[in-house]
Amino acid sequence: MREAIDILDARRRQVHTKGAQPFQLDCEKHSVAGSVSQRACVFCGSRVVLYPITDALHLVHGPIGCAAYTWDIRGAQSSGSQLHRMSFSTDLREKDVIYGGEKKCETALIELIGRYRPKAAFVYATCIVGLIGDDLEAVCRRVTAQTGVETIPVHSEGFAGSKKDGYTAACAALDRLVGSSESPPPDGPSINILGDFNIAGETWVIRDYYERMGVNVISTITGDGRVDDIRRAHHAQLNVVQCSGSMKGLARLMKQKYDIPFVHVSYFGLEDVSKALYDVAETFNDPAMMQRTKRLVRDEISAVMPRLRRYRDALQGKKAAVYTGGAFKAFSLVRSLRTLGVQTVIAGSQTGNPQDYQQLESLCDDGTVLLDDTNPLELAKFIDQTGADLLIGGVKERPIAYKLGVAFCDHNHERKRCLAGYEGMVNFANEVYSSVCSPVWSLSPRKQHASSVKRSIAPGPLVTADAGLPLNAKVPQCPTAATAPSPGSDSQACGVCQLKAHCSGLAAQETETA
Amino acid sequence: MTLLRHTSADQDVQREALTVNPAKTCQPIGAMYAALGLHRCLPHSHGSQGCCAYHRSTLSRHYKEPAMAGTSSFTEGSSVFGGQANLLAAIENIFTVYDPDVIAVHTTCLSETIGDDVPQIVEAAIDKGLLPEGKMVIHANTPSYVGSHTTGFATMTKAMVDYIAQSSGAEKIRDQVNLIPGWVEPADMSELKRLVKLMGLDPVTFPDTSGVLDSPQTGIHEMFPAGGATVDSIRSAGDSCHTIALGPICSGPAAKALFAKCQVPQTTLPLPIGLKATDQFIMKLREINGGFVPDEIMTERGRLLDLMTDMHQYFYGKTAALWGDPDQLVSLAELLITLDMIPKFVVTGTPGKKFFKRMGDVLGDHAQACKVDQGSCADMFQLHQWIKSDPDKVDLLIGNTYGKYIARDEDIPLIRHGFPILDRIGHQHFATVGYRGTTRILEQILDAFLDRQDRDAPESGFELVM
Ligand code: SF4
Ligand code: SF4
Repeated sequence: MREAIDILDARRRQVHTKGAQPFQLDCEKHSVAGSVSQRACVFCGSRVVLYPITDALHLVHGPIGCAAYTWDIRGAQSSGSQLHRMSFSTDLREKDVIYGGEKKCETALIELIGRYRPKAAFVYATCIVGLIGDDLEAVCRRVTAQTGVETIPVHSEGFAGSKKDGYTAACAALDRLVGSSESPPPDGPSINILGDFNIAGETWVIRDYYERMGVNVISTITGDGRVDDIRRAHHAQLNVVQCSGSMKGLARLMKQKYDIPFVHVSYFGLEDVSKALYDVAETFNDPAMMQRTKRLVRDEISAVMPRLRRYRDALQGKKAAVYTGGAFKAFSLVRSLRTLGVQTVIAGSQTGNPQDYQQLESLCDDGTVLLDDTNPLELAKFIDQTGADLLIGGVKERPIAYKLGVAFCDHNHERKRCLAGYEGMVNFANEVYSSVCSPVWSLSPRKQHASSVKRSIAPGPLVTADAGLPLNAKVPQCPTAATAPSPGSDSQACGVCQLKAHCSGLAAQETETA
Repeated sequence: MTLLRHTSADQDVQREALTVNPAKTCQPIGAMYAALGLHRCLPHSHGSQGCCAYHRSTLSRHYKEPAMAGTSSFTEGSSVFGGQANLLAAIENIFTVYDPDVIAVHTTCLSETIGDDVPQIVEAAIDKGLLPEGKMVIHANTPSYVGSHTTGFATMTKAMVDYIAQSSGAEKIRDQVNLIPGWVEPADMSELKRLVKLMGLDPVTFPDTSGVLDSPQTGIHEMFPAGGATVDSIRSAGDSCHTIALGPICSGPAAKALFAKCQVPQTTLPLPIGLKATDQFIMKLREINGGFVPDEIMTERGRLLDLMTDMHQYFYGKTAALWGDPDQLVSLAELLITLDMIPKFVVTGTPGKKFFKRMGDVLGDHAQACKVDQGSCADMFQLHQWIKSDPDKVDLLIGNTYGKYIARDEDIPLIRHGFPILDRIGHQHFATVGYRGTTRILEQILDAFLDRQDRDAPESGFELVM
């Protein structure tokens, strides 16, 4: 345990420094009352997961706040309907709280369904609804019968747990849709994309990769999601699950019910996205598809590597703090940062479980501070102690980083640029670079407070590096990408991108071409 | 584009039980904002952690500052057995770890409905010795199924009076006035204080978020930034010679409570946005200071007037739609009227009886030409319907960020004003109250018109001098 850091006593076991003692980290605990937790509620969990279903109606049954705060904050883009972005609330008043809100909810649903003719409707129960005991199941049954539009209650009473439990409630709601379509299965290999929410159009990037591999994407759950596609999702031969925290539940249900296997993937970072595509190709056991996948990976990596190298040169030796909602994203971030020459010195999440943290620990270097469900005070102190140059987190973390005079990168709902896939890695590198190496930090008093932090202003031309290589530069190839992948193999990391499994020859080749 | 096109012109949608795209939000966020205007105070949300996370996020998005607050982190158990144990633990933890001077507890819908008795729990905390020497816990009841975020702000401000203000029994201090600024930006609070000081008076300002939510970059994360009203200063509010409350909704209740508790005479004025309303403010201060207005303020007033005359030629008959908080809307409407503009549509989600009357008063002869609504169905959907079904498009939108969908769909310029502003940075540093603040609004309005004119002008009519 680090000294000189006051941590709530009850939280001591939720902080661990790698290498300092045998690994043990408490997690999955309820937040300590009185701590300034960065966590949210069940409703929040359900809302973020279901929100991107664009042609469904989303009615928040409760007082106004819950709806107001979730009005169009998610940046989950749609290729068509925008209905999901509207904010509908029953705006419960005192008399509803006393006499019950069922009638109001029913009237609201019928009105909205009449006006918007959505493909389905979700009704979110907030804390108060749980408390006054409205029977949402009955309301939904009646509305479905009357309107013919399937109306699904989401049991997301805020107090009934944490965000995670909201994911479970969302999966239960989705489970009601899946399998309800009569349409025939598509020909050829097919998958569902689970757990990508199309922030900044990321689902589109991923979908495109799979289609180039020759895989049918039946449904995207829930990024740019469509009700009819989700109804047909049971026809898929494989579920590809990202953001396992939120969507593993649905994948498990579909495994039980329809015997659809699932794989866990991440689309962040070259290593992870390549592994994702190879893993999917492998399950279909089709040499032609594998060939296409290899070509895709090779082409994409070759295109982005030179651009990444420039960022890495500038960022080499910088230190980052990572604090994410789910733990899974933290793994990808630690690896992606390493690709950029940035060392992760603090890693934590709001909702990790013991396995997650075990894995996170094994990924990190000695001395890395691991945190579960942390608070601003702790974050600030550890950032100071470790001399981190960058914080990666969400909306509540951004101003904390800035106050400290530390760079920030949003890897949550508010990211505005696509960070998934290969091109996403370049965007990520650019974002990290443009923040970490901004001259504004050199003006910050933090320089005086923390002598351990040395900032160097990177040379000018880098700023435009994103535009691509000079015309005469040779584009290095990743030779191993052309050979069969060896997921999990521990071949020497390539030193450029650390793509252990797929890119280990690049360093050698680079020296030749240099 | 459902979101941009909330509605269509031919739809006359009658709604019974539904808010679509609200023009308000819930009480606790107002209480949290007010509490942040107390020096070394940690706001505390007594309920489940979701509400608190949303309120903090929204405040952070608006002010671009860390918004600290604790939560009682209710579980299912707490919602059955009550949140006493949680609050006790929270009080203990907060004083041990964060060491604030004050914890300002507000309730959420959940703890309200369960019926947790916060004062009684606080007493229990005192009995158990959980309150260190010199520290205090204040509270406000903020159920969101009553009122709106402005109500929460008002209630927490009133709690500062109820818990802290005292009358020492000595004579009232002749040049000390209480200034209750209402829900405005930190820069507005600074500006108001400046004016009071220029008038030779000593303001006791609460809440005062200046220095808290516009704090400087120091390289240190301050759990409690330097700004905010201190407990001592609020305590002395009971000895002030007068209270000026700006905005009846946000500030009125605290001023009345202070009168009842310490017999400090009070005047509730409209928010001093625009020349007329600022005049009222200065006149009141002039009464208090014995009748003097410094040259500096007269010069500022003169500059504003000069600007208004320079600009007036562009304003005649221009129409605007406004939405937001009642206190803000009344003053903005009056400002527009003095500019020869017509505030054609005005909506606020905040319920309350006096709003129509107040609007009627400032609109005067224009009342006929103006549609005003408030309450649950007075939302952005309704506003959009009005705008759509009006044959003459309004020339300008003034309100928070949520108007940007209408602005884009209807191609009408938008000036961001009020809360929340989620998509622009810097507004917390620019006052819009007082003579100087009003010049900023004027500049924004005229820029919006002229930018539009430049954009739409045919090449032949695209002019250098406008
Ligand atoms: S439940 Fe919470 S967020 Fe929702 S309206 Fe009530 S206080 Fe606001
Ligand atoms: S009231 Fe409940 S559901 Fe709504 S935000 Fe608060 S914790 Fe979440």
